[in-house]
Amino acid sequence: MSDKKAAVLILEDGTKFEGFSFGADRSVSGEVVFNTAMMGYPESLTDPSYRGQILVLTYPLIGNYGVPPFTEEDGMLKFFESDSIHIKALVVADYSFEYSHWNAAQSLADWLKANDVPAIYGVDTRAVTKIIREKGAMLGKVVVEGEPEPAEFDDPNRRNLVAEVSCREPITYGSGKYKVVLVDCGCKLNIVRCLLKRGVEVIRVPWDYDFTTIDYDGLMLGNGPGDPQMCGKTVEHIRRAMEIGKPIFGICLGNQLLAIAAGASTFKLKYGHRSHNQPALMVGTDQAMITSQNHGFAVDPSGLGPDWEPYFVNLNDGTNEGIRHRTKPFFSVQFHPEATSGPVDTEFLFDHFIENIEKYNG
Amino acid sequence: MDSKIEKVILLGSGALKIGEAGEFDYSGSQALKALKEEGIYTVLINPNIATIQTSENIADRVYFLPVTPEFVEQVIERERPQGILLAFGGQTALNCGVKLYESGVLEKYGVRVLGTPVQAIIDTEDREKFVEKLAEINVKTIRSHAVTTVDDAKKVAEELGYPIIIRAAYTLGGLGSGFCNNAEELDALASKAFNYSPQILVEKSLKGWKEVEYEVVRDRYDNCITVCNMENFDPLGIHTGESIVVAPSQTLTNSEYHKLRKLAIRIIRHIGIVGECNVQYALDPESEDYRVIEVNARLSRSSALASKATGYPLAFVAAKLGLGYGLHELKNSVTKSTTACFEPALDYIVCKIPRWDLGKFKGVSRELGSSMKSVGEVMAIGRNFEEAIQKGLRMIGQGMHGFVANKELQTADLDTALSHPTDKRIFFIANALKHGYSVDRIHELTKIDKWFLYKLENIIAIEHRLEAFDSLEALPDALLLEAKQRGFSDFQIARKVLHPADADMERGIMQVREERKRRGIIPFIKQIDTLAAEYPAQTNYLYVTYNAVAHDIDFPKDDLGVVVLGSGAYRIGSSVEFDWCSVNAANTIRQNGLRSIMINYNPETVSTDYDMCDRLYFDELTFERVLDITDLEAPRGVIVSVGGQIPNNLAMRLQTAGVPILGTSAVDIDRAEDRHLFSQMCDELGIDQPRWRELTSLEDIYEFADEVGFPLLIRPSYVLSGAAMNVVSNRGELEHFLTLATNVSKQHPVVVTEFIENAKEIEIDAVAKDGEVLVYAISEHVEFAGVHSGDATMVFPPQKMYVETMRRIKKISRQVAQGLHISGPFNMQLMAKNNDIKVIECNLRASRSFPFVSKVLKVNFIEIATKIMLGLPVEIPHRSAFELDYVGIKAPQFSFSRLQKTDPVLGVEMASTGEVGCIGDDFYEAILKSMISVGYAIPKRNVLLSTGDSRSKTDMIGPAKALQEKGYHLYATQGTADFLAQNGVKAEVLHWPDSPEKPNTLDYIKERKIDLVINIPKNLSESELHNDYTIRRSAIDFNIPLITNARLASAFIYAFCRLDRKEIKIKSWNEY
Repeated sequence: MSDKKAAVLILEDGTKFEGFSFGADRSVSGEVVFNTAMMGYPESLTDPSYRGQILVLTYPLIGNYGVPPFTEEDGMLKFFESDSIHIKALVVADYSFEYSHWNAAQSLADWLKANDVPAIYGVDTRAVTKIIREKGAMLGKVVVEGEPEPAEFDDPNRRNLVAEVSCREPITYGSGKYKVVLVDCGCKLNIVRCLLKRGVEVIRVPWDYDFTTIDYDGLMLGNGPGDPQMCGKTVEHIRRAMEIGKPIFGICLGNQLLAIAAGASTFKLKYGHRSHNQPALMVGTDQAMITSQNHGFAVDPSGLGPDWEPYFVNLNDGTNEGIRHRTKPFFSVQFHPEATSGPVDTEFLFDHFIENIEKYNG
Repeated sequence: MDSKIEKVILLGSGALKIGEAGEFDYSGSQALKALKEEGIYTVLINPNIATIQTSENIADRVYFLPVTPEFVEQVIERERPQGILLAFGGQTALNCGVKLYESGVLEKYGVRVLGTPVQAIIDTEDREKFVEKLAEINVKTIRSHAVTTVDDAKKVAEELGYPIIIRAAYTLGGLGSGFCNNAEELDALASKAFNYSPQILVEKSLKGWKEVEYEVVRDRYDNCITVCNMENFDPLGIHTGESIVVAPSQTLTNSEYHKLRKLAIRIIRHIGIVGECNVQYALDPESEDYRVIEVNARLSRSSALASKATGYPLAFVAAKLGLGYGLHELKNSVTKSTTACFEPALDYIVCKIPRWDLGKFKGVSRELGSSMKSVGEVMAIGRNFEEAIQKGLRMIGQGMHGFVANKELQTADLDTALSHPTDKRIFFIANALKHGYSVDRIHELTKIDKWFLYKLENIIAIEHRLEAFDSLEALPDALLLEAKQRGFSDFQIARKVLHPADADMERGIMQVREERKRRGIIPFIKQIDTLAAEYPAQTNYLYVTYNAVAHDIDFPKDDLGVVVLGSGAYRIGSSVEFDWCSVNAANTIRQNGLRSIMINYNPETVSTDYDMCDRLYFDELTFERVLDITDLEAPRGVIVSVGGQIPNNLAMRLQTAGVPILGTSAVDIDRAEDRHLFSQMCDELGIDQPRWRELTSLEDIYEFADEVGFPLLIRPSYVLSGAAMNVVSNRGELEHFLTLATNVSKQHPVVVTEFIENAKEIEIDAVAKDGEVLVYAISEHVEFAGVHSGDATMVFPPQKMYVETMRRIKKISRQVAQGLHISGPFNMQLMAKNNDIKVIECNLRASRSFPFVSKVLKVNFIEIATKIMLGLPVEIPHRSAFELDYVGIKAPQFSFSRLQKTDPVLGVEMASTGEVGCIGDDFYEAILKSMISVGYAIPKRNVLLSTGDSRSKTDMIGPAKALQEKGYHLYATQGTADFLAQNGVKAEVLHWPDSPEKPNTLDYIKERKIDLVINIPKNLSESELHNDYTIRRSAIDFNIPLITNARLASAFIYAFCRLDRKEIKIKSWNEY
């Protein structure tokens, strides 16, 4: 068809994948990552952890059920994980121009265009994935026909992505007997929802906010993008919170920050875990869970102090999936118990957190 | 793992039937493999002799015995196993296991049920218990509410929410049932319904809801995974076995997907499954409301499909979990490095399409509904829906070339064809789209989700764009590539662009092929690796796609690859036997240091297990696709003779295209296939055939009829309605058939063959090398010629055949093998009357009976044939049928009970859906075992006889006397009773169904006062008397054993009169 506009994905190693544009007329650069989930694109695209990344979906048929409406509930968008699309660009194999779903308000293409995010279809995303798997995460560009190619490859991990996506001022949600401070390093809204569902008040604070000034009952360290080493300020605050001793629960980046605060280091995985099917074993048990994951960095637990122990471990590659304090109510996980998108098998960890708060308060 | 388990019995599913087919050979074989790996001694009970699981080296012991409680108990008594597996043999094994549990047999012998506890099975099988059980955890099921007044009905309807469905209780045929969208409609319909019945059932109507399934696995540590979900293309109302199904789901959001996934896990935990189960949901297309339709606490058709769709070996893992392993303790057998405790990520879409054979049955309704009628299925893999469905529609092998470019189906009323689903509905959607129906309108009529319809509309749009060109040169690269990416075959493109006449089609296809290769438009090979390329995988599970830019694998040009073409979809006449042949060919290739490359697309098979061969192409068996693969693989050769007729038909075209065919040459295959060439050869060799003629006018046919006399077998090449073949007994029938059912013309000739009555039918299965017969097996049919060989009861070695006949048959087969230069397997059907032998048919390929004769004789014919085809030396086994001191009998399994209204008679068209093969010390023992295996029971007391024409009446005197002597009470219709009385046999008269007089046959059948019905049709024609039909059909509907063939009836009656049930020996295969 003549109305098709060409677009190309260019990898840092020079490989080019030609396709057609279905998003905004713009050329961009970022880190190329792949996700093997088979559904949940509205959630993924608005997940702040994808900040600066060109997202390649291995599942080929995308856009089938459109994009849900911007309904608000509890002061948040009901069907999304943040207020905007965070990915730099989207790369898929087969885009569904026609969608069908009772809860759809617009097409994926229209939504991407409205958010000025470019997108390509017609790409052999399996081939892209294999390159990244073999050579490791790499930078890339999405160049849309007629739009100038960015001169440089942009490495988002050099920037403080957390600062880009964190809220600017504290925001309070709900009410309840207990106050939970949620440190927003780019947290997904479903963390807020999971807490509200359990009847607590949530105070979402910016990443560098000194939350120790708040008289909270529990501390929730949310997910977020990029290299955890960029969040020195947050780590400082966490160390202070550890002294305070009230319950702490970390997710994803929150796990990495808590681990750093506890003496461990982090490293960049070859190509990260981004999928809905990662098995995590609770250490010392026969309990294995299917988890949703989205991270490029991981914790090296060897530096943890003697008071700490691994909580979960990945059954596929043996990487750390969580840590916990041996005596105090501090724990964190690398995966996403709040899911959206992905399996909800580990949502019980929120109950565990609330129990810790209740216990702490006697 | 539990170390106390040293010996385990696994129950198989018996003969293939509608609703219970090849998938259980796959699941049983995998389970046995899993047990064997643990050093457990395995005992298998399964009379289905054509399966892989009953082959050597799979189970340690095999019993070809009925899967019924009494036989299984005897095997348990003999083998004393510690454990039993019930979940791998379908409903047959499950029901048998539940009975053994309830009767205390398992406890008595200390046999533990491995995996899901029996109580959990009972909780899911009993509808009321199931509803209660799920209500305990607040999971919604479909409930019926019984009411006795209109007001109560309204109250219930308000609670449930409209629309609702009401059914009058205790009425047949849905009298008084219907849908109500509001209170007024309910008022009207309910008042009417109360005229029929004092009670009506009110249910929420889920018409048009989506149907979604999940395959869930749980281990004893309570770890759960869902391996796969699947979405039905056809909304609720059509049995999932009758639906086109895609995996993974396409129209579900993350929220819907995980809501149902979470429920599935809650259900499996609450019920307490250890192993695998399947949860089926109805999902509201307008909200997230749902109902659980059913839970299958065992491996199922869907789990086999899920296994193939994802590459996750469900049955293998389920067996390991049954032994006590945790999911996290098992490895992913595809990657070999990651864990089995994960959920596969697909980076492709699969599409399952059922295969129906409704044309083979007389009088069956074509409308699809809540019961299953399909006999097989295909799975197509693509990287978009259009690619997958077009592949799939070619795979089902009903003469279609994909979604478009077919001969348009005719219908008077397209709206009805859309709103009343039949096996052809998908093609009526194509018609509708072409005729300008909007997606919205088609959705209104079909309730199929618009997403699927939009995708189908894309295919039509590409078709239109192709039609704008009339030469390949003018066709732009982009459009050609797009068409290929959306699943268009070269045939479809040729038809749309080149418009060749049918005769020039072959050239058109090759032109398209050459043109696109010239332009570099070729397909790529992708792996199925369970993790969407996240981890490296050494998988050899492959498919072909145009939606790619790179191959996942390399193609070593080492001349070691040998391609085996599999059998495609199971259908009447081609099923698990050819899978056995394909797998054995692949094994032989592998064992001889060569690389086996399998092409097949049937998800119910063992040949499509990726560990059965070195490379598995789960893809089409079309000329185009086989060439695509051979272009890349450059194999040493292709084996076309083990997968039945589909590969056999490709032989000539492949050879012409330069692909090396192993074994008998394609030219010789063609000489056997082509009626004229074969007759010519027979004439030259002095081999007799029934007289036949290919005729193009009615006058010629009448003239031929005068020459050879009646009856005649008529085979039209163009069929208007009904079965393709028929036997006519007189001129009236001939005229009737030729004018009503067929169209005789120059374009559509009719083959008319002399039909010899009361002739013995004989088969020879053999393997030859360079025209010399190396091994052979001659079998005889119990029934006379005229019953299709697939429906006949086959005896090997033959028990009632003249030595002279045998000698002549051997001679004929030697002549034919020489004449056709056979190197490989072949089969001939012959008939013998008074030592006069005529050849009916000859196929230069493996036949349905190869596994049967191979296993009875204990000589693997396929292994020998494959070695010959590979040019390897073979040892000729000196085992002759004469040395066997036992008898094997192969008996057909019919699925008439699933096919409402079908007349359950046997004829020249095959109707059986499966078969068993049992071994006995003598003929009677073998026939009893095999007939009990296909569902017959030895009658307790009452037998109804209605014995047809005078010849069969005479034939039945002896058996009737035997019954009388044995103390059976005989009932008969008037004529039969009179005839028996004249011959000294007393039978009580039951009046014909249409007679008002009592006692009446129909009442006795309905009240189940009869234990066995013998009803022999009076002649060979279609026009059977209505009374006889009613007797036969009601015997089927009321589940009373029915025999319609005098020869078979005699054999069965003599067998159970002369041999007591207790005398049937429990012997395993290796003890013969």
